[in-house]
Amino acid sequence: MSASLPLGAVEAVAAVRGRASRRRRLVIAALAVLIGIAFATTLMGGRSFVPPWDVLRVLMGNDVGGATFTVGQLRLPRAMLSIVTGLSFGLGGIAFQTLLRNPLASPDIIGISSSASAAAVFAIVVLSLDGPAVSAFAVAASLAVALFIFVLSFRRGGFGARLILTGIGMAAICESVVLYVLSRAPAWDAAEAMRWLTGSVNGATWAQVMPTLVTLAVAGSLLLSRARDLELLRLGEDMAASLGSRVNFSRVLILLAAVALIAFATAAAGPIAFVAFLSGPIAARLVGHNGSMLIPAALVGALLVLVADFCGQYATGARYPVGVVTGALGAPYLVYLIIRANRAEGAL
Amino acid sequence: MLAVLAGFCALSVAVGARDVTLADIAAAFGGATDTIAEAAVAKRIPRTILAALAGAALGLAGAVMQGVTRNPLADPGILGVNMGAALAVVVGIAWFGMAAAHAYIWTAIFGAAVSALFVFAVGSLGRGGPTPLKLALAGTATSIALASFITAVVLPRNDIAEGVRSWQVGGVGGATFAAIGHVLPFLLVGFGLGLLSARKLNSLALGDELAAGLGERVALARGIASLGAVVLCGATTAICGPIAFVGLLVPHFCRLLVGVDHRWLLPFSALGGASLLLASDVLGRIVARPGELDVGIVTAFVGAPFFIWIVQRHRGREL
Repeated sequence: MSASLPLGAVEAVAAVRGRASRRRRLVIAALAVLIGIAFATTLMGGRSFVPPWDVLRVLMGNDVGGATFTVGQLRLPRAMLSIVTGLSFGLGGIAFQTLLRNPLASPDIIGISSSASAAAVFAIVVLSLDGPAVSAFAVAASLAVALFIFVLSFRRGGFGARLILTGIGMAAICESVVLYVLSRAPAWDAAEAMRWLTGSVNGATWAQVMPTLVTLAVAGSLLLSRARDLELLRLGEDMAASLGSRVNFSRVLILLAAVALIAFATAAAGPIAFVAFLSGPIAARLVGHNGSMLIPAALVGALLVLVADFCGQYATGARYPVGVVTGALGAPYLVYLIIRANRAEGAL
Repeated sequence: MLAVLAGFCALSVAVGARDVTLADIAAAFGGATDTIAEAAVAKRIPRTILAALAGAALGLAGAVMQGVTRNPLADPGILGVNMGAALAVVVGIAWFGMAAAHAYIWTAIFGAAVSALFVFAVGSLGRGGPTPLKLALAGTATSIALASFITAVVLPRNDIAEGVRSWQVGGVGGATFAAIGHVLPFLLVGFGLGLLSARKLNSLALGDELAAGLGERVALARGIASLGAVVLCGATTAICGPIAFVGLLVPHFCRLLVGVDHRWLLPFSALGGASLLLASDVLGRIVARPGELDVGIVTAFVGAPFFIWIVQRHRGREL
């Protein structure tokens, strides 16, 4: 084989590959640093500035007058929740987008997020549940809805467009459930539910962070261990099968993991608009097409939520929840993305 | 079809949270509002008329859109047109202090037109033109974006939040003759444009080249028909809030009844839409007694499974 290649071709390919993977490592490192900076800024900045050494001492567990409460009780859980939900949305989103081979087929659009919202709102307003029970309810409901969508749209030869369109239909049903429950709710509940529905990390507690973090650890590592299969599936099902991937088995695993990530994150922070949708394509733009997109997309998601939450809180007087900011920032990018995706026939 | 419509009108006047007798209904039509029952019926008359008008408008708009885009999934709700109208209205209420429906009809029509153009432009890029999948995705994504803009506008304004939310669900409950009077001219223009373009839609159904070959000015025909649909959607949304799935469901049903000729399909879709919305409204009053379910919720519950069913019936390659 190699004898028939022109001289130096192997070296050239190797050089291109080397450059590409260097770029990938560089982007990942840069994203991690940016997240660190945003995290530190969130802890320090705000209505009252806390100097970095005080923040450090609070993190170590020392008691600092005036800062222990603000940083330890308010800002730290909030920043952690932002990161954890951002990572979850990023991972879940890219998993769906890669699996369905369509950047527009993110969980926001095909009804996974909206089923979690509908279940959570129902649990809060009608069943008057709170805390972990709401999460459990949301997870169960979105798993059920996801399963329903998959079963309805599965034919021999895969899901394809049918799944996306069925999902859009399910999303419409879920949204009307949300509207119905809200219209029944007393006004104070409704205002709170509305805030939650746009996605908010306001008033985050460790009790919200923990289940999401555990899910992220379990489902995230499951996804990462399937990263290779996901890459193969991107080439098409037949190709993946012939390259030795157990297509259906890994597809089910990936979907389960992605649904769990989205559902837990949604139950904790509400459906933060467009994070799942945007993280993957942004990561793809940054990294280029090589290797698995999972880690870059997760990092982009976390960065998006952190920065958007900080902007929402302090950039304007109104204290918008994070979902409004990501929604407003995401919309123009979305437009650009749809146009590009339609031109490029579905490539990320 | 007319008989069905009349039947639902009668039901809509007679059924509701309060039980009324025939004598009450007769008295209320005579203008009496002395007893509670008569007053209740007097409230139901404009509501019934509005539901019929709005349903007819949405049904016709759906049929026209499906004709213009040659797309079985086209619906003002799916394509984000209603949401565009909704955002325009919410902005009007919040920033320009518009209080009454007649003030924001123009705004709603403008919003509907902009979002319709946008979604169609975005959805028809790329190979294969506006396929159902691309249009539906573009519409849904645009709807989500518009919805978060609506939230951004409404959230800091607690004074208008309640009103906007109840309007957003989509209902015909608060109908008055005054509001109907304001929207009626717009609806008439929309009905006119829509029904007049029936022949053009028939030619368009053959494909753009063939339609042009038959002497049709394709772009003009599309423009006129779409304008009619947009006016209908915008005006309806201004009064009733975004009501989804009527425009999707009705034309499919009517195609089974009268076939694909738009000269029959369009009027039947209007009648069917009116019947459907009336039926949904009555259903909403029955199932949630003593309260009522807003009609937008009922149509979504009926329409979305139907949407999924259409998707199931089509083979993959057509999507």
